[in-house]
Amino acid sequence: MTARLSFRNIVVAGLVVVLALLPVYCTFTGNYFLMSLFTRILILAMAAVSLNLIMGFGGMVSFGHAAYLGIGGYVVGILAKEGIGSGFVQWPVALAVSGLYALIVGALSLRTRGVYFIMITLAFAQMIYYVASGLARYGGDDGLTIYHRSSFGAAMDLSNKTQFYYVCFAALLASVYVVWRIVNSRFGLVIQGARSNERRMRAIGFPVFRYKLICFVISGVMCGLAGALLANHTDFVSPALMYWTRSGDLIVMAVLGGMGTVFGPIIGAVALLVLEEFLPTLIRFAFLGFSGGDLATRAAEYWQIVLGPLFLVVVLFARGGIDSLLARVGRG
Amino acid sequence: MADTLLKIDRLTKRFGGVVASDDVVLGVERGELHAIIGPNGAGKTTLIGQLTGELTPNSGRIQFDGADITALPVHRRSALGLARSFQITSLFLDFTALDNVALAVQAHAGHSFRFWRNARLEAGLREPARAALERVGLASRADVVVANMSHGEHRQLEIAMALATNPRMLLLDEPMAGMGPEESARMVAILRELKRDLTILLIEHDMEAVFALADRISVLVYGRVIATDAPAAIRANAEVRAAYLGEQEATHG
Amino acid sequence: MLYFIEQCLNGVQLGMLLFLLAAGLTLIFGIMDLVNLAHGSLYMLGAYFAATFAAATDSFVLGAALALLATLVVGMAIEVIAMRRLYGRDHLDHVLGTFGLILFFNELVRLVWGPAGLTLPLPPQMLTAVQIIPGVYYPAYRLVIIVATLAVAALLYILVMRTRLGMLIRAGASNREMVGALGVNIKLLYTLVFGLGAALAGFAGMMQAPILTVQIGMGENILILAFVVIIIGGIGSIRGAFVASLFVGIVDTVGRAYLTDILRLFLSTNAASTASPALSSMLIYLLMALVLVLRPEGLFPAAGK
Repeated sequence: MTARLSFRNIVVAGLVVVLALLPVYCTFTGNYFLMSLFTRILILAMAAVSLNLIMGFGGMVSFGHAAYLGIGGYVVGILAKEGIGSGFVQWPVALAVSGLYALIVGALSLRTRGVYFIMITLAFAQMIYYVASGLARYGGDDGLTIYHRSSFGAAMDLSNKTQFYYVCFAALLASVYVVWRIVNSRFGLVIQGARSNERRMRAIGFPVFRYKLICFVISGVMCGLAGALLANHTDFVSPALMYWTRSGDLIVMAVLGGMGTVFGPIIGAVALLVLEEFLPTLIRFAFLGFSGGDLATRAAEYWQIVLGPLFLVVVLFARGGIDSLLARVGRG
Repeated sequence: MADTLLKIDRLTKRFGGVVASDDVVLGVERGELHAIIGPNGAGKTTLIGQLTGELTPNSGRIQFDGADITALPVHRRSALGLARSFQITSLFLDFTALDNVALAVQAHAGHSFRFWRNARLEAGLREPARAALERVGLASRADVVVANMSHGEHRQLEIAMALATNPRMLLLDEPMAGMGPEESARMVAILRELKRDLTILLIEHDMEAVFALADRISVLVYGRVIATDAPAAIRANAEVRAAYLGEQEATHG
Repeated sequence: MLYFIEQCLNGVQLGMLLFLLAAGLTLIFGIMDLVNLAHGSLYMLGAYFAATFAAATDSFVLGAALALLATLVVGMAIEVIAMRRLYGRDHLDHVLGTFGLILFFNELVRLVWGPAGLTLPLPPQMLTAVQIIPGVYYPAYRLVIIVATLAVAALLYILVMRTRLGMLIRAGASNREMVGALGVNIKLLYTLVFGLGAALAGFAGMMQAPILTVQIGMGENILILAFVVIIIGGIGSIRGAFVASLFVGIVDTVGRAYLTDILRLFLSTNAASTASPALSSMLIYLLMALVLVLRPEGLFPAAGK
């Protein structure tokens, strides 16, 4: 893959630079809200990158990926509550448990395909949601507060917001790099081939199931790490993390950004979360143009009414996501 | 004594009340090009399905080079040296021709649990792939995305993919399907060249090609093999002519 | 013992509600190959319409009838405006598009009816307990739900198996191109089928409204259960949906009721009460996992799928 000076690549590079320099801007202007928002974006982008590995490249539409966010987060939360505050223990355990759950869910659901697969992953994620709701000791529905972030001793201080931002940034870049390498490797070509024509893959001699399963587990582990980061970011975990609409959000990010490209999910996460953050403001301004401030504020509260049909519009008219729109612009 | 590479022993397959394969007995000898012909609905697709492992027979056995492969899953048969091409083109449309064939090479070039190195830079995969493309005459189209290739080129690519797995035997399911006279002639030439060092089981409708290439022909009618013989004998066989003639009357009568 | 019978009946009641949802979903999937996540929204609309119309007309029955009509209309409108464009596309497109519709409807309901939810009061005689067999009392309205939903199931069976429309539905499920080629107005058929599914969902929503809930987001919770039912029963199969719904409804209800007691046989009382809520939610998913291991295509997979 040779880097070309295409419009799309310039935009992506620009985005990465903006993300890298954001904390500097925030420290300068004192706007820490923005840094918090973008930390969240970085983490969810990483989750979307993990989803895109199996969905965009592997054709496995998992509607249950929020489960791994939840598992990663709850492992950190539960261990913290039980007195184990070291990140060196918490995070590997979070990854291991996420991987294990992905192994089980994958083993059961990958024998099916299409709509079955979507529903099954959805069901298993919701199951974890209900289990977490039932864990009275760890807050149940109300959630669990995390009083101390994962401690890594002298290595890094996660309670320092800027440091934490860069940890998340590094994790995101690392995950993109890993996905990029995987996708072009022998393993990745098998996964992509299976998406393209599974029957053919079997005919030429690949035991497709085990490759898909391993890919599914890798994706789950990566998302589990995002979950551990998310728990640290919000200092709180609750079952709502894993509610199925969160899985839907991840899918939207991946599709909106452009599936089947390594940077697409980042674009999608930025686009979706920025949109969600500023759509109310946009609506308010739009209404202010011809109505009173009261109505404008009220109208802005219902911003999700616009967001919903927007997904439908993306599906119908911009299926390749923002990435393909950028590519089209570049071609002139 | 002839050396039977593929032995189909009393293979039976039922779908509800329909007997698609009825006690099929057939042997393909090492080095020969054995053609299967038969009217529509004779059960050729079902037979291929069982040979490739996509269908499980109700009874009977399939032996490949002495080993019983009747219950072997699809992906293991290719490893044994039994490669197939598809009647309805089944390729990786969004990849290039070279990528397609390289994947076939990769399936038999060690394991694919390699997550780091760029597989498109592996000479061990790309070179044999180019060689296979060369053999079917597609060398110049290696970097074309398959979706942009013509139907005839797709059929050639089907063969290339089967070749890339280093097979001992090719199972070709109507390779000339949908081809015009020029493309068919090209395909016949390719097959004639392949015939020299590969055993081939050829399912075909195109009689010219069949009689030009086949060492032996088996005739499949209503799931049964009614005759297996040299081409000339088959041509003269009364029962065979009745079966085909019967079909011709049905379509013209 | 009485408690057990009561729980079983509750399970049947839940099962029947699930069946209405699952039947609609599986019909729509079987005929139009459409994954409709917004099915739960129609369930929610049914409940909201019923509460509103019943309050306006001061009659439960009239309110329910109007609500049914309204849901049917909304369903068909959705089909014409949005669903039509999704046919033939990737399932992922369906998932995304209908996910967007869920958000839209949740917000729309919030806009029109406010965030608080509604209630649908019952006529007083429905609240009394009825003696079904000597010594066993069961709330009248819950019986009404069971009977009404069984009646609808029977009507559905007659429709699908014995009418011309049903024949087209079954034919369309196995070969939609053929049905189109035969000159049947496929577009109209699809709109009707979608409307039927919507009506079933709305009916389920309004039936449970008096005793369970009328609030935003209620559709999503039960939708997942409906998916579990379909996975267990087999996609495209109404018979499978019926059996699986009863199965799931009973296992979930009876399971939740007795799990703590069963656990106490193996664990300490403390451990049993702690583990019970979490585990009881898992029951039907474990059931689903079991079916997936033994028969991934479901218990009664539709032929040809």
